[in-house]
Amino acid sequence: MKSINIALAGNPNSGKTTLFNNLTGSHQHVGNYPGVTVERKEGVVHHKNHQINIVDLPGTYSLTAYSPDEVVARNVIINEKPDVVVNVVDASNLERNLYLTAQMKELGVPIILVLNMVDVSEHKGVKIDSDLLSTLMGLSIVRTVGVKNEGTKDLLDTIIKVFEGTTKNDERPIRYSPEIEHEIKQVESLLPVVENRKITRWTAIKLLEKDSKVYEEISVLPKGSDILRQVEKGQQNILNATHDDSEMAILEGRYALVRGATKEAVSYQPNDRLSLTEKIDKVLLNRFLGLPIFLGMMWLLFQLTFTLGGPPMDLIDTAFGSLGEWVAGNMSEGLLKSLVVDGIIGGVGGVIIFMPNIILLFLGIALLEGTGYMSRAAFVMDKIMHRVGLHGKSFVPMLIGFGCTVPAIMATRTLENDKDRLVTMLVAPLMSCGARLPVYTLLIAAFFHESVAGNILFSIYIIGIILAIVMAKVFRKWLLPGESEPFIMELPAYKLPTLKNILLQMWERTWLYLKKAGTIILVASIVVWALFTFPMVDFQGNEFESSTIQMEQSYAGRIGKAIEPVIAPLGFDWKTGVALTAGFAAKEVVVSTMGTLYSIEDEDGLAEEENSAVASFSDRARQQSGFTPLTAYCLMLFTLIYVPCMAVIAVIKRETNSWKWPLFTIAYTCGLAWIVCFVVYRGGLLLGIGV
Amino acid sequence: MSVTLENLQPGQKARIKKITGDGPIRRRLLDMGLTASSIIEMERYAPLGDPVEIKLNGEYHVSLRKEEADSIILED
Repeated sequence: MKSINIALAGNPNSGKTTLFNNLTGSHQHVGNYPGVTVERKEGVVHHKNHQINIVDLPGTYSLTAYSPDEVVARNVIINEKPDVVVNVVDASNLERNLYLTAQMKELGVPIILVLNMVDVSEHKGVKIDSDLLSTLMGLSIVRTVGVKNEGTKDLLDTIIKVFEGTTKNDERPIRYSPEIEHEIKQVESLLPVVENRKITRWTAIKLLEKDSKVYEEISVLPKGSDILRQVEKGQQNILNATHDDSEMAILEGRYALVRGATKEAVSYQPNDRLSLTEKIDKVLLNRFLGLPIFLGMMWLLFQLTFTLGGPPMDLIDTAFGSLGEWVAGNMSEGLLKSLVVDGIIGGVGGVIIFMPNIILLFLGIALLEGTGYMSRAAFVMDKIMHRVGLHGKSFVPMLIGFGCTVPAIMATRTLENDKDRLVTMLVAPLMSCGARLPVYTLLIAAFFHESVAGNILFSIYIIGIILAIVMAKVFRKWLLPGESEPFIMELPAYKLPTLKNILLQMWERTWLYLKKAGTIILVASIVVWALFTFPMVDFQGNEFESSTIQMEQSYAGRIGKAIEPVIAPLGFDWKTGVALTAGFAAKEVVVSTMGTLYSIEDEDGLAEEENSAVASFSDRARQQSGFTPLTAYCLMLFTLIYVPCMAVIAVIKRETNSWKWPLFTIAYTCGLAWIVCFVVYRGGLLLGIGV
Repeated sequence: MSVTLENLQPGQKARIKKITGDGPIRRRLLDMGLTASSIIEMERYAPLGDPVEIKLNGEYHVSLRKEEADSIILED
């Protein structure tokens, strides 16, 4: 069996993903390219005694150094030297799509051109003479209809033919105008000799195009400065000869080839009828209806994720609760039991509990993306989000953040630009998630009058939103400066997504969460368990008198005491410190930990009380904690802002592929929480509010 | 005064004269096919007034912010 390596390339919205799924089915896996958040998708297919390994390149319009996606795409072709590049193009948009093809031809790899969505293009009145186009572009051509899985076998046959050399590509390079060709030769002659002569020519062209990445590579060579001097001379000569700067002149050269080819091979009888997409957009992007419809869609997404996800989450919660009880009942007392019940079962439960949310969220996002509505959503929201320094698409993760920050971080995958994505990821935890709500409600019930309860709660949410806006601006300006990604974005034709695409995408994302984030969450929950469990006996080896004293003496308790001087200016004592430490596992734990520490629960627990659990907690909390409404409010603020739970940290680690950003998130959220609480607490004391 | 997208009402068409500026915005516009002599039709403004949606060469729809659209110079 021979193995063939192919790379799948093409514009966004060209149907590349559908084709990849058609080729590989479920035999695929997703990872990351090192150092960037760009996804690397690979798959395998067996055909006629060949093993075909496919890497799905990110969808791009070009191969410049301006976007990480484009750099990744060209680096794969240059460094991994695939045997064949399969270039998927949208047949109804040939000219723009072939512009990428022209650039790939310059990389000197055999290319198969896949004319995809030929049914749509024919319907639009576009007729393509594939044989003529094949000759003009010097490529093999296959026609496919991705959504109907037509032409897939034909493509596989062609891949093998091109690999075996029975179909020969015309490898002549694109010819530019004589002035440009002359400058290319001049630069080429100075470049070091590499195995593939085409790459030398490509490097020369890229240098003349002012490609920053290639500049960097060349500048470190021994003769780098000589080469760059020649390049600048060449750029000047091209400017003088063509009256265009060299970047534009070279780009026009490629377009000239593409336009020539499409002019001859494509006939277009446009029909003036509005396409279905245009009719739909007349409603969905309507001046007055656009925003309400968008909000309605977001409401649906939110409901789908959290309302529909609620019951299965409760079920999982109950199931793990019963499992814990059952195991507890069947194991002898001791450390092992505590580890299994509180550490492991609790930890695994903590991972699984998010699954319904994540599956449903990704179903929703797959639908929004698959139908083509996601780019409309960005179109509608961009003005607001751009003011904040974000992208129209950042809205979705921010909204999801009100439910749970874990899926919110994962939803940032819809953002193509690295910086937009990172900033969104960093501020999404400031959207107050569902797990923080019990902390607020219990504290509000205990320390505030019913008449202001609603306003207090609302103010917490609003402060979160304001902080997110401020921090997004700050990060954009100082942490990740530079031009924001151009918004220039295609609004693709609406289509019915295939079930296969949607299921595969859901499965992929969910599996990634389970595999990568799950492991970290499990380990972290065991660590937290250990912090609260050890030491189990005092210095004399005696057991502690009560769970309260045990907790005080535990490592977590010691951490609380150690950080007391730091949080004292905010009006918090060491017990609050312990509760906040526990909140790292999950925010809702803050309240229950405080309950134990202040002995708010009596020995028989809360349930036995005649009054509702909340009311009894409130009374005791007021009596025993020594909190004022002001300290309670600060605690709520601190809970809102400081470290999102460890699940979020784990997901940020997984999504950014490094520990840098999760650690940064911990540091900045703690710092911000401290500053905000300090201002509010000291301000409140000064003004005598809530004391 | 050069003519830009701001001068087009929804439904109006014009031919691109050139793309000004440099850097990523110009390159992205050109890479997406907004080259000289292409025909732009103004489709609509977003509900909040920005970005705008255009149709290029009667073929496909692109949205872009007004600040980005400023680098597209149209023929009179």
